[in-house]
Amino acid sequence: MIPELGQFALILALLLSIVQGTLPLIGAARGDRALMNLAPAAATGQFVVVLVAFLALMQAYVVSDFSVLNVVQNSHSAKPMLYKISGVWGNHEGSMVLWVLILAGFGWAVGRFGTNLPPTLKARVLAVQGLIALGFLAFILITSNPFERVVPAPLDGRDLNPLLQDPGLAFHPPFLYLGYVGFSIAFSFAAAALIEGRVDPAWARWVRPWTLAAWVSLTLGIALGSWWAYYELGWGGWWFWDPVENASFMPWLAGTALLHSAIVVEKRDALKSWTILLAIVTFSLSLMGTFLVRSGILTSVHAFAVDPARGTFILGLLALATGGALTLYALRAPVLKVGGLFQPLSREGSLVLNNLLLSTACATVLLGTLYPLFLDAVGGDKVSVGAPYFNATFVPIMTPLVIAMTVGPMLAWKRGDLAGALQRLHWVAGIAALAAIATWYAHRGGPVLAVFGMAVAAWAFFGAFAELVERIRLFRIPLPDSLVRAANLPLSAWGLVLGHAGMGVTVAGIVAISAWNNELVVAMQPGQTVRLAGYEFTLDGVRQLPFDAARGRNYEAQIGSVTVREDGAVVATLRPEKRWYPVAQTETTEAGIHAHGFSNVYAALGAQDAATGAWSVRLYQHPLVLLIWGGAAVMSLGGVLSLADRRLRVGAPAKRRVPAHAVPAE
Amino acid sequence: MTRKKRRLMTLSLAGLGLFTATALALAAFQDNLVFFYSPSDVQAKTLTEAQRFRLGGLVEPGSLAKLPDGISVTFKVTDGAAALPVAYTGILPDLFREGQGVVAEGSLGPDGVFKAKEILAKHDENYMPPEVAEALKKSGHFKPEAQEAKATP
Repeated sequence: MIPELGQFALILALLLSIVQGTLPLIGAARGDRALMNLAPAAATGQFVVVLVAFLALMQAYVVSDFSVLNVVQNSHSAKPMLYKISGVWGNHEGSMVLWVLILAGFGWAVGRFGTNLPPTLKARVLAVQGLIALGFLAFILITSNPFERVVPAPLDGRDLNPLLQDPGLAFHPPFLYLGYVGFSIAFSFAAAALIEGRVDPAWARWVRPWTLAAWVSLTLGIALGSWWAYYELGWGGWWFWDPVENASFMPWLAGTALLHSAIVVEKRDALKSWTILLAIVTFSLSLMGTFLVRSGILTSVHAFAVDPARGTFILGLLALATGGALTLYALRAPVLKVGGLFQPLSREGSLVLNNLLLSTACATVLLGTLYPLFLDAVGGDKVSVGAPYFNATFVPIMTPLVIAMTVGPMLAWKRGDLAGALQRLHWVAGIAALAAIATWYAHRGGPVLAVFGMAVAAWAFFGAFAELVERIRLFRIPLPDSLVRAANLPLSAWGLVLGHAGMGVTVAGIVAISAWNNELVVAMQPGQTVRLAGYEFTLDGVRQLPFDAARGRNYEAQIGSVTVREDGAVVATLRPEKRWYPVAQTETTEAGIHAHGFSNVYAALGAQDAATGAWSVRLYQHPLVLLIWGGAAVMSLGGVLSLADRRLRVGAPAKRRVPAHAVPAE
Repeated sequence: MTRKKRRLMTLSLAGLGLFTATALALAAFQDNLVFFYSPSDVQAKTLTEAQRFRLGGLVEPGSLAKLPDGISVTFKVTDGAAALPVAYTGILPDLFREGQGVVAEGSLGPDGVFKAKEILAKHDENYMPPEVAEALKKSGHFKPEAQEAKATP
């Protein structure tokens, strides 16, 4: 009964999205208030019914209703509750319902909190949002019905892919989707602005919080996915330039560019047409990411079902949304008035540079990701483009960006003084040089690129604080006065600092693990000790744990005990695991990790040699690796702080609290 | 600065960026495209030691052997028509099984043995890499039911 209710709710949502996607548009064109006011009501209604459908599906998972095909394929009665719930989106159909739920949630939020939006703009934004929902609801109902029944119902299910039974991955998809789908709001605002033929600073002020929220979620989602790959795959790698990773990384790059160009629209009324284009591109890349991972043309854990009909449908949606928006752009963009002028050497100019570099980097990633598919489609050779390509293209493009990131905020709007900015940055340059010397000394030369990389990281990290130091007049006025000034700064100023500083932190982590990773693959007898990077690793033994569903263990485990010593003193005992999931007939690896400072010692257990009794063990010492995800967390925190800034808050009065010349630098 | 000048400036900057990116991408493509070959392809081609490529097929049942050091293995990859010996040092992925599909990246040694640097991890044991499926189809040895075969614990 309840699954049918869910199905019915989805159909209702489809009908509501037709209403939401059409009538408000007509109303906005005719100036008919009644029709325009339908939009928020329809958006609310849609959110409610999609929520009902989502909860109905979740209910089927929680009570293990094996008369529903989707539950049979992706759940099992012995699975812990957390994974029963995360199993709802751990499969194709359920994840699409989550997609639409988030879309509808954003639509509801625009209707609810966008009270000060001009009525026509609001109606049009929600209408575009409704059209996107229409496409995806049709996709679910036609090709991927999550509520399909099986008769007779099997006694038990086939379990969720054990690799996905992990707390990190339970929350990875929702964050990623919040990011992907959040960019739909920027897209809808862009389309609506094109229909209106008007983009102004107020428009950018409405768009920015949504983009920022989406960006924060996407940053966290990508970081969670990377962290999961690091400890669950047992390979000690944190990023593989896998097409599926790239699919989520491209919207992030474009979204980061959008975040920055929207600032120029808001503060200086310039770059409007480019910002609109970026909003369209960012969401299109999100759709493309969905297409790449869902169509099954890529080999990955995400390719749940290889069904050509689904791929074709999403490709059609992508063509319709992107093609439609770009056509609208071509027709209407010339109408947009050109705004403020600026010198190339100015805050605006630096943000243009940021956009150029980010979109170029995004384009090279796109090329590397799609080229093998393209070559295959035209019947050419089968090739793969791996990490060396991306390292050779992406890194040289991002390096100048990270260096320029520190200088940009020091330039004034309209006309900047580069020499002056660099002069005020001399202490940052000093710290960067110190970092380089310290790295050189600590690693007795070390790879030259790593020395340079550490200097760049220090430059970015401390440079992020340079503008703040100026504003609170640190060391130029008494310290308490500086602290008062710091406390009075708008939160978005801190957002800038943390956003940029987080990037520096991540760069430091990436440089360290690329240059000084220590790795050893070895066959060890129990009791044997090996040395790696100044540590002694002793395999104490391996014990067996039986399957015990009652205690939440739906697998058999072999748990190794590896004691790590430094100069004879015990540092940690690692417990790497090998798990066997009998229902899914799959083996997984859980790495044993101990953090000391920001570095990790890491052990993964391989197979036991039947003849000798030795275990193959993979040991790593990863210097500063935690900085990679720590930096992402700091960046996200910066985004959240900016979001909490009163002046950016959705629905905040348009009146500015501070005079224009004191506007924070982002 | 006039609007025209500004536009020219932006365009030339964008052009420079595009040019750099294209140059980087082309140079990187030249060196880093990794081709996919089946054992039959490898037999038909003459590959040098310097050429890194991906080898795909099924792990020949009964061919997996562990070397005395405990972490090096040898096995054969077959597409039904031809088989190629592979040597690998390291821990095999969780889903590596005899009779199952595998993709290995590395290069051909002077002794005709494929030196694998990396054995690609699969995420699902019922999953057959599309490249492998196609290579098997080409050599006429594709058995869909082979994908369903369950390994015992």
